[in-house]
Amino acid sequence: MKLLTLKHGLVLIVILAAIVWLLPTFTNTWPHKKINLGLDLQGGMHLVLEVQNIKAVEAELERTADEIKKELRRNNTLHQGVSRQGNMLVAQLPDQESKAAFEQIISKEFSNLKVTSAAVQDGSIGFQLKLPEDEMDMIRKMATDQALETIRNRIDEFGVSEPDIRIQGKNRILLQLPGINDPDRAKDLIGKTAQLTFQLVDEDAGIDAALKGNLPVGSMLLYEKRTDPATGNTTEIPHVIKKQVLLDGSLLVNARVEFDQFQQPQVGIEFNRKGAHIFDRITGENIKKRLAIILDNTVYSAPVIQDRIAGGKAVITGNFTMNEAKDLAIALRAGSLPAPVTIIEERTVGPTLGADSIRMGMISMLVGGVLILLFMTIYYRKSGLIANLALILNIILIGGGLAAFQATLTLPGIAGIILTIGMAVDANVIIFERIREELRWGKTASAAVHAGFDRAALTILDANVTTLIAAIVLFQFGTGPIKGFAVTLGLGIVASLFTALVLSRSIFDLVLQKKTTSSLSI
Amino acid sequence: MQLIKSDINIDFLGKRKIAMVFSGLLILASIIGLVIHKGPNYGIDFAGGALVQVKFNQDVSIGQVRDSLAGLNLKDLSVQDFGEGDTHEFLIRTANTGSEGTGLAQAVSAAIEKGTGIAPEIRRMEMVGPQVGDDLKKQALLAIFYSLLFITIYISGRFELKWILSGVTAGAMMAAVYFLSVINVSMPILITGALVVSLALFWRLRLKYAMGAMIALIHDVFITVGIFCIFDMDFSLPIIAALLTIIGYSLNDTIIVFDRIRENIKGESDKTGLPALFNQSINQTLSRTLLTSVTTLIVLLALFFLGGEIIHNFAFAMIVGVVIGTYSSIFVATPIVLFASLKRING
Repeated sequence: MKLLTLKHGLVLIVILAAIVWLLPTFTNTWPHKKINLGLDLQGGMHLVLEVQNIKAVEAELERTADEIKKELRRNNTLHQGVSRQGNMLVAQLPDQESKAAFEQIISKEFSNLKVTSAAVQDGSIGFQLKLPEDEMDMIRKMATDQALETIRNRIDEFGVSEPDIRIQGKNRILLQLPGINDPDRAKDLIGKTAQLTFQLVDEDAGIDAALKGNLPVGSMLLYEKRTDPATGNTTEIPHVIKKQVLLDGSLLVNARVEFDQFQQPQVGIEFNRKGAHIFDRITGENIKKRLAIILDNTVYSAPVIQDRIAGGKAVITGNFTMNEAKDLAIALRAGSLPAPVTIIEERTVGPTLGADSIRMGMISMLVGGVLILLFMTIYYRKSGLIANLALILNIILIGGGLAAFQATLTLPGIAGIILTIGMAVDANVIIFERIREELRWGKTASAAVHAGFDRAALTILDANVTTLIAAIVLFQFGTGPIKGFAVTLGLGIVASLFTALVLSRSIFDLVLQKKTTSSLSI
Repeated sequence: MQLIKSDINIDFLGKRKIAMVFSGLLILASIIGLVIHKGPNYGIDFAGGALVQVKFNQDVSIGQVRDSLAGLNLKDLSVQDFGEGDTHEFLIRTANTGSEGTGLAQAVSAAIEKGTGIAPEIRRMEMVGPQVGDDLKKQALLAIFYSLLFITIYISGRFELKWILSGVTAGAMMAAVYFLSVINVSMPILITGALVVSLALFWRLRLKYAMGAMIALIHDVFITVGIFCIFDMDFSLPIIAALLTIIGYSLNDTIIVFDRIRENIKGESDKTGLPALFNQSINQTLSRTLLTSVTTLIVLLALFFLGGEIIHNFAFAMIVGVVIGTYSSIFVATPIVLFASLKRING
């Protein structure tokens, strides 16, 4: 009589593999990976950002409007304004002659623009121009891709181990940041647009008049925030700033934290050759004027230019804390976002709550498990022990499966395991009840076992496929923790099918082979 | 050991009228609950909003927390004692999404520290924007719809070997959804429409097992949602997961009984004996049905009492679902299959 058949070998291999995969979670010596813990168990932050990529389209249109105006000027063509209105461009031309010239420029230099209407109104000719739909789509997509890249760079520099950053849908970015200690700081850094510009202060404009809404054409009102280190009070200082951007952050090569003579942190920036050249020129042309350093529409400082600055180096001061200066340097180095982002979903779990969740989950798993083991032993006696062995192996298989597939264990995932413990004995119960029935009809132990397994197999399959379908649908539609639940539920079903139909049967075969008696403890 | 005697023969189907009244009452209570509470009590996952869970290291009253937050102008503010025993934990909920400015958690923490003099520990913070809430709601309903779709295909295919017919039903279900989505009706109406269409088709195409199983599923899900509503419990993403699992579990139970009916019906030509045969099938599988329900309930109760607050509602939904699901496979699903089978002889 063969004691070890192919089937037994298969069972052993599966169990050993599960143990090998599971071990590293409990010992640190094994070369394999541990089970991944979800953010709800290890603490961390889950963010969904929406890229306002319509703003990228608008920016592109405004750039185009500027270029058209430049081109018109170069051709000495008169116009009464080219500007963006919503997501199209509107141009006003005074006469037929300029209209012809305008049309020529558009068809030659801006062939991607589509003229949607040209109407004569009060003697002037109005044009409406649009970007083709697929081009707008491309700009939007590029804005999202670029935002993802920028945010990834910032997160990498911020130092988060194993972040998960991915695009979700058309304009959403999903971020999973495990083990974040200071969620607000991370949020600030991620959400910063980091649009750095150098613009001149409008020295002729009066602040008081500007505050009353009396702004010169080509200037705007921006504020500088100053925090008193002693009292913590913040004051806002208004500045009238010329709209023309002399230099922006796109020409930066480096940004790092430095200290001034009072050991206050400041951010030193360095331009590339082109940037350095421009910086050299504008500082040379504007000596004794005030140059404002503006980041995301906030004035950081507006020093008076004392001398021409060659070499392309500058500093941004603005009574920073150390962390603020560090984060600003990171944001500048990683580049600006092509469009602003808003946080539309946030879930943060503190590490202590995560640890509590694991502890409580494990306690309920243990208590539930022990109660089931006791119940099965009392109800089915020795056969109950086989079911119990199957149950324990089931849990090992789920754990091994989680580690092998590098799936993530979440709190609902632990609930899924607990639920599977309750349901895992089901397959054994179906089989045992069937065996009992067969025994009542007077079959021998071995015949009853065979008939029981054979008749129960299809029923068990049917019953479990439906739950498996629910698990697959959940996996497809669920996010984060729910996906974790679907994974453990699905693994649990597959594991319990294996343990009930293959493992239990092998054990019964072994037991019945040894015994010649027809008695069966069930 | 045996809980159920092997020669047991309870007349379950004889009590189907009582069961119908009982189910009717439960459904009525669910409808009343839904009407009174104006639909399910959506948590922030679906309604949008924010919650902050805070913990203190000493005794703080709920009133103190509420008073110190008064200055923040939070819309629909609610403060709830959270966690069991003396853990000094509170759950603060608001309809604000906090996207306007700096961190809501920070603001809440600062306000509480100012108001009570004790700095709280921020244990958890969740914010869901309104658009995301709508998306999640839509996804959840789609998940329920698709699992019903796939499960019905499987049942009618597997039990009546009518894969083509079940495919037709599935097609009709999807067509109904497509048609209703074109005229832009809300998701719940869409799903209801799809279910009505498929039930009508099951009846017309005589897919009695699928019909019985599906009515039982709708019964279970509806009553579970109703009970949640009556107790005014929060409807969140994990609850949707629980509902889908209940669908799977309830079906699991139903299928075991159906399987036995099919096995017993083989070679049986005399249709007048059907009621007795159905009853016998329920009795033969009764000890398995009860045993599995008991073991599942044992672990769910352990989870309910020991698993912590966050998993509490999920465990509650599962417990309700398992009890209702066990009841419905005996008293709802089987009588419907019997009714449909008898109709077939008469008609």
